[in-house]
Amino acid sequence: MPSMTEAVPLPWVLTLAGALFCVGLFGALSRRNTVGILLGIELMLNAVNINLVAFWRYLEPNVVAGQTFALFIITVAAAEAAIGLAMIIAIYRARQTVNADEVDSLRG
Amino acid sequence: MNTLITILFVVFAAFILASAIMTVTVKNIVHAALWLISSFFGVGALYLLMEAEFLGVAQVLIYVGAVSILILFAIMLTRDLEGSQNRQLTPRWWIALIVPAALFGLLIVPTVMTYAWQLPPPPAGQSPAISGAQQIGTAFMREYLLPFEVAAILLLVAMIGAIVIAFEERERRRRVLTLAEQVRLRRQQRQPAPLPEPAATAIQASEATGGES
Repeated sequence: MPSMTEAVPLPWVLTLAGALFCVGLFGALSRRNTVGILLGIELMLNAVNINLVAFWRYLEPNVVAGQTFALFIITVAAAEAAIGLAMIIAIYRARQTVNADEVDSLRG
Repeated sequence: MNTLITILFVVFAAFILASAIMTVTVKNIVHAALWLISSFFGVGALYLLMEAEFLGVAQVLIYVGAVSILILFAIMLTRDLEGSQNRQLTPRWWIALIVPAALFGLLIVPTVMTYAWQLPPPPAGQSPAISGAQQIGTAFMREYLLPFEVAAILLLVAMIGAIVIAFEERERRRRVLTLAEQVRLRRQQRQPAPLPEPAATAIQASEATGGES
């Protein structure tokens, strides 16, 4: 029975997850549009999930903890996306903009 | 057979990374969201390759099905007229490039590549027992029962919170502007020095167009 563990070394998968995390971090830091920032954060959460599933598959395939944790992260990500997008819509209603640079009421 | 899996992994990895890079660099935010969906699909395929079937299906259902639609709706509701022409990146985006690049090149790759992973020995003969959907369900009802309930409450709170935050009271609700009205509103806002109240200008704009037509 061929499996991923024999065909692909674990560091490859972890490097892919790290690269995806860094791409998401770049997106979250560099975008001016608040929706774009949220897209970057979603990418980062996905990268962490790849990490968790890879560790589950390679190190402890008969324990469910890795997959359970990934499922909880998906749940929290969905809640975060709903709240974040609701806040973006509320900000847009109040200020007619989604540009993160222009939402600076708390600037001293 | 193993070569096939290696090739599949490389293809999926390239697909995920290319989609992610397009997500963060493409100018149009709608296109960015669509690239994000393709990246989600790639991650789901990777889960299937790693034999986490339930997570793969959950990924497609939750991310591709729900979160992406939420994002597309948010983009639609916050349509920014100048957004597509304007710069999408911050003026000092190269600093934002240095930080993740340094994190990847100096921290992640050396750590991952040099650490001695204590992988379990490959099983001889029969395939190893892999926990699937049934084991996950049992675990959720036994040892992870409390976190499971907390996650349910979190989702409920998030749902109510999103409704409360995005809710607009009836008397403050204003008509959705057409594209021509939005263009006129933008032009008005750019010219006078004192910034008028957004709600008031919206009403003015709608009155002005009503009078003309």
